[in-house]
Amino acid sequence: MPSLAELTQLIVFALLATGVVVGSLGVVLLPNVVYAAFLLGGVFLSVAGLYLMLNASFIAAAQVLVYVGAVNVLILFSIMLVNKKEAMAASPGVGLRRLLSSGVCAGLLWLLLRVAYTTPWATPGPEPRGDDAVIRLGEHFFSDYLLPFELASVLLLMAMIGAIVLARRDVFNTDVGTGEAVDQALIEKERTPLLLEKTRP
Amino acid sequence: MTSISVPLEAYLSVAALLFCIGIWGLINSRNAVRVLMSIELMLNAVNINLMAFSSYLDGQEIRGQVYAIFVITVAAAEAAVGLAILLSLYRNRDTVDMERFNLLRW
Repeated sequence: MPSLAELTQLIVFALLATGVVVGSLGVVLLPNVVYAAFLLGGVFLSVAGLYLMLNASFIAAAQVLVYVGAVNVLILFSIMLVNKKEAMAASPGVGLRRLLSSGVCAGLLWLLLRVAYTTPWATPGPEPRGDDAVIRLGEHFFSDYLLPFELASVLLLMAMIGAIVLARRDVFNTDVGTGEAVDQALIEKERTPLLLEKTRP
Repeated sequence: MTSISVPLEAYLSVAALLFCIGIWGLINSRNAVRVLMSIELMLNAVNINLMAFSSYLDGQEIRGQVYAIFVITVAAAEAAVGLAILLSLYRNRDTVDMERFNLLRW
């Protein structure tokens, strides 16, 4: 008979794992992409709960802040920006592709599960740190992982500039009516969509 | 206390399942936004693995958590740039259908 703490852990793990798997299936399978985006937030929250069970309170907080707070909101905004109801034309060989990819994914799942269950893991390892894990984490970041930590900041700066450059619209620098300089021009240039169809003889 | 009652393999199984669902969605999605969501699912699966190993096998030097932080950073950058590319594509092609982004196809 497991103790109350172990039983609670098992139940919480089962709930979180069910949330992760069912939510991700919904993300992939639901026809409405807005529902899929909200379910993705649920998956991220469940994963944060799994992190809490794995003695990683700081990463759980970072997961909620970065994934649920930033990435999911970004995805929702981009859905609103590109949400055009379009009937996607049927492409040939979809059924065959689904069958093949399902087979490949099932095979990969079988491989991963086999590796997970046949490898003799060296458990139990050292006693995990509890709440002072974040202290060790900070020591890592400012001693032996200092270079990747600084490179991550450069990477984030590059991603920020790159995203701005890629998503920027072409605008007039001057007002077409009066000829005055426009500060951050809200008048959008009339733009003919390029490459609407593949030009092929 | 450490989570003794839940074995390490349980976390690995959840992560494997999440990763395979992500791959399936990546291959089979027509909507470009859903492709990006599938990539996020796969990155989360990898993070679950890292955290499980960090907690079960490397409890004192929590290097898995350090790697998970870096993965989260790169995933955030990837999401921002990916969605910017998606907006640019939508402006140029007027669609988010992956089947019609075929300019570089033979």
